[in-house]
Amino acid sequence: MANDNRPLSPFHHYKPQLTSLLSFAHRLSGIALSVSAAGLVYWLVLLADGPQALESLEILATVPGQIVLAGVTLAFFYHLNNGIRHLFWDMGMGFEIGRTYLTGWLVLAATLLMWIAFWAAVTDLPGGLP
Amino acid sequence: MSLRTPLGKVMGLGSAKGGTGHWWMQRVTAIALIVLGLWFMISLVAIGDLGYHSTIAWLARPLNAVLLSSFVLTMLYHSKLGVQIVIEDYVGSPAWKVAGLLLSVFVHLLLAMAGVIAILRIGAGGGS
Repeated sequence: MANDNRPLSPFHHYKPQLTSLLSFAHRLSGIALSVSAAGLVYWLVLLADGPQALESLEILATVPGQIVLAGVTLAFFYHLNNGIRHLFWDMGMGFEIGRTYLTGWLVLAATLLMWIAFWAAVTDLPGGLP
Repeated sequence: MSLRTPLGKVMGLGSAKGGTGHWWMQRVTAIALIVLGLWFMISLVAIGDLGYHSTIAWLARPLNAVLLSSFVLTMLYHSKLGVQIVIEDYVGSPAWKVAGLLLSVFVHLLLAMAGVIAILRIGAGGGS
C-alpha cells in the first residue's frame, strides 16, 4: 500500500517568492531564537553566579560575538512582526494575494526599523562594546 | 458513528490527538510574547550599561523579576511548541523523532528551572 515513490514537496521546483521566503524565514528565525533562549538563561545563571562568572561573556564584545547578537536581535524582531502577521491570518484577515505581499513588505520594513532603532538606542551589551 | 475510513483505522493514521491544544497555546503564548518581548528589548536599552551591577540592580526590583520570569517561561513554552513542530516535520524516523521530542522537552524544562532559579537568587540577594 505504501508507495515510496509518491511525489514529495515540490520545494525545489518553485521559484523563490516573497511569501515562501518569509515563511521559511519565520521557521528559521524561530529555531535561532530557541537557541538564543538558552543563551538568555545562561546569561541569567552567570548573573546569579556573580561578577567573575559574567566575565566569560566578554567574548560577545568580539566581532563574531557582535555579529551573533546582531543576528539574534534581527531574528527576534522579524519573528515578532511576522508572528503578528500570522495572528491576523488566524483571524481570517489578509489572505488576498495583494494583501499577503503588502503585509510581507510591511513586516520587513517594521523589522528593519525596530532593529536599527534598537541598535541605535543600546549603549552597552553583555561583555561590553569594544 | 465514526467518520474515519477503514483504511485510515487500519493504518492508525488520522487523529492528531492534542493538535487543537497545541495550536491554541502557540497563539496564546505568541500574544503574551508580543508584550513581554518588547518590554524585554526596551528594558535592555533602559538598563544601559549591561554590566553586572546595573543589571543586578534592575533585576532586584520585584516587578522586573516577575516580568522577566514570565518572559522566560512563556518564551520557553512557545519554543517547546515550535521545536516540536520542526522535529515532527523534518525527522522521518519514528525512533529519532521520539528521541528528539523527549530531548527537547527535557532541555526546555531544564532551561525553565535554571532561568527561574537564577532570577529568584538575584532577587533574594543570593548572588555572591
